[in-house]
Amino acid sequence: MVGLVLVAGFLVLAIVGPLLTADPAAQDYTAPLAPPSGAHLLGTDDLGRDALARVAYGARVSLEAGVLSVLLAMVVGVPIGLVAGYYRRLLDPVVMRLVDVVLAFPFLIFAVGMAAILGPSLRNVIIALSVSLLPGIVRVTRGEVLVLRELDYVAAAVADGAGDGRIMFRYVLPGATSTLIVQATVGIPTAIIGEATLSFLGLGVQPPTPSWGVVLTAAQQFLDQAPWLAIWPGVMIALSTLGFNLLGDGLRDVLDPRSSR
Amino acid sequence: MSLLEITGLKVGFDTEDGEVQAVRDISLTLERGEILALCGESGCGKSVTAMSIPRLLPPDTTRLSGSIRLDGRELTELPERELRAIRGKDVSVVFQEPMTSLNPSFTVGFQIAEVLRRHENLSRSAARTRAIELLELVGIPAPARRVKEYPHQLSGGMRQRVMIAIAVACSPRVLIADEPTTALDVTIQAGVLDVFRDLRDRLGTAIILITHDLGVVADIADRAVVMYAGRAVEEAPVTELYARPRHPYTAGLMRALPSAAVTLEDGRRRLSEIPGLVPPPYADPEECAFHPRCPRAQDDCTTRRPALDTYGTGHLAACFHPLSAAAPATGGGS
Repeated sequence: MVGLVLVAGFLVLAIVGPLLTADPAAQDYTAPLAPPSGAHLLGTDDLGRDALARVAYGARVSLEAGVLSVLLAMVVGVPIGLVAGYYRRLLDPVVMRLVDVVLAFPFLIFAVGMAAILGPSLRNVIIALSVSLLPGIVRVTRGEVLVLRELDYVAAAVADGAGDGRIMFRYVLPGATSTLIVQATVGIPTAIIGEATLSFLGLGVQPPTPSWGVVLTAAQQFLDQAPWLAIWPGVMIALSTLGFNLLGDGLRDVLDPRSSR
Repeated sequence: MSLLEITGLKVGFDTEDGEVQAVRDISLTLERGEILALCGESGCGKSVTAMSIPRLLPPDTTRLSGSIRLDGRELTELPERELRAIRGKDVSVVFQEPMTSLNPSFTVGFQIAEVLRRHENLSRSAARTRAIELLELVGIPAPARRVKEYPHQLSGGMRQRVMIAIAVACSPRVLIADEPTTALDVTIQAGVLDVFRDLRDRLGTAIILITHDLGVVADIADRAVVMYAGRAVEEAPVTELYARPRHPYTAGLMRALPSAAVTLEDGRRRLSEIPGLVPPPYADPEECAFHPRCPRAQDDCTTRRPALDTYGTGHLAACFHPLSAAAPATGGGS
């Protein structure tokens, strides 16, 4: 429940927030690095830009990166895992060894490498993160498929004359959806942190576009003069990550047939 | 010509320990509208024999030879694609576990309708109407309401009836029921058996009933084949088999029924058993596979394997020293 409220709050912030705040690129030359005040609720940064506006816009960019990269990874990874698990003899060994290769790298290292190759932009960050998330999703899907394909009702479907495609999508995949929804929800905070990290390192979203990682990077050098600049994007990253994780746990409790209701 | 003719069927499975021979050599026939029981203890090859018909065996490790003809059409040589058209349409299967044999993600109506739409090209609404009729046919009350329910909302007996409804949806010629009542309460069992009998009477479906429950066999089967170690050891019409079992194994199974339990001095009753274990399914023994456990075994049983001999109409048994007709169900045991 807490997770749901947090996530819903962030979605509202990302969608509505930018409409209510100032232009995140507008500069107030009279007040650079101003502390929080009536005119600028969270103060201004070194270029006199409104910190609240930048955090609100950052929510939009950061959540977009988090959600889209997981979505992309699911769209590509679930079919791969499904087919690998189903055609176990033919495809599984090849696919799983490739997955092992990618999984041998820590998530962030791989994402940093991918982003460095692709070049910095929001689109490339999303691609880099989704490729890094892909092996985990392929593996979870395949694991579910390996269990589900042995179930009695799958054998019964074969006995009723169902073909491979029908069995995969009507009998095996529906059984895996709850696990996959949880997996996706838990993948989003990883991607949000990944985006922030890449942007912080300068490999991700580029200034002046505000994402939480970008804002945090800019705030870093003024930490002793204007600490409020760094606190809010940091709090946002922490809270959104917490929110999605709690939501994932909550969904697992609701959806997982193995957990008691 | 019989509806189904199985001749010289052999089925083996490749394993890491070599080939396991599940069915060593079996021939049997099934007539239209007949209920044939395949019985024997676990591992005797009864399920494998039946599952060979629609070839529901792991394709890459199964070695199958012999002939299976359905209405004269050879099934063993059909490619997977053509078998798929036969499964659920001409040959259907009802599995043992009603609790897990239905897809939990869809309503039972959807699952019945799916088979109809696939094999009979029915429209969505026609399939739905037919699904309700089928639920009624298998004796589910309030079918119009049940059709919209999910498997978890139904009891085990209900689910087994739904499984049967799916299996008979396309009026199959052969229905294979693999221990269909084993997982059910005894009170529910009789009801499910009635459904089978009713289907045979109304639709003329031939049924192969796989079971180790001789009570079930006596209840509904017309004819029974007793299997041991991958071969048929005795085959007879059910009344004949119960009245005059010839093979010592059949006689042993019948003595192991609770109704045949022996009353001891202190008033307790003791179930009879067949001593020993089923032989391992690796090497094919040259001798009678049952001789180590057989009370009537003699020297010749250890050197040669007995072939099926005829003992009256439709009664076959493979034994050198069969029980005599005059003294049914005697000889040996513990």
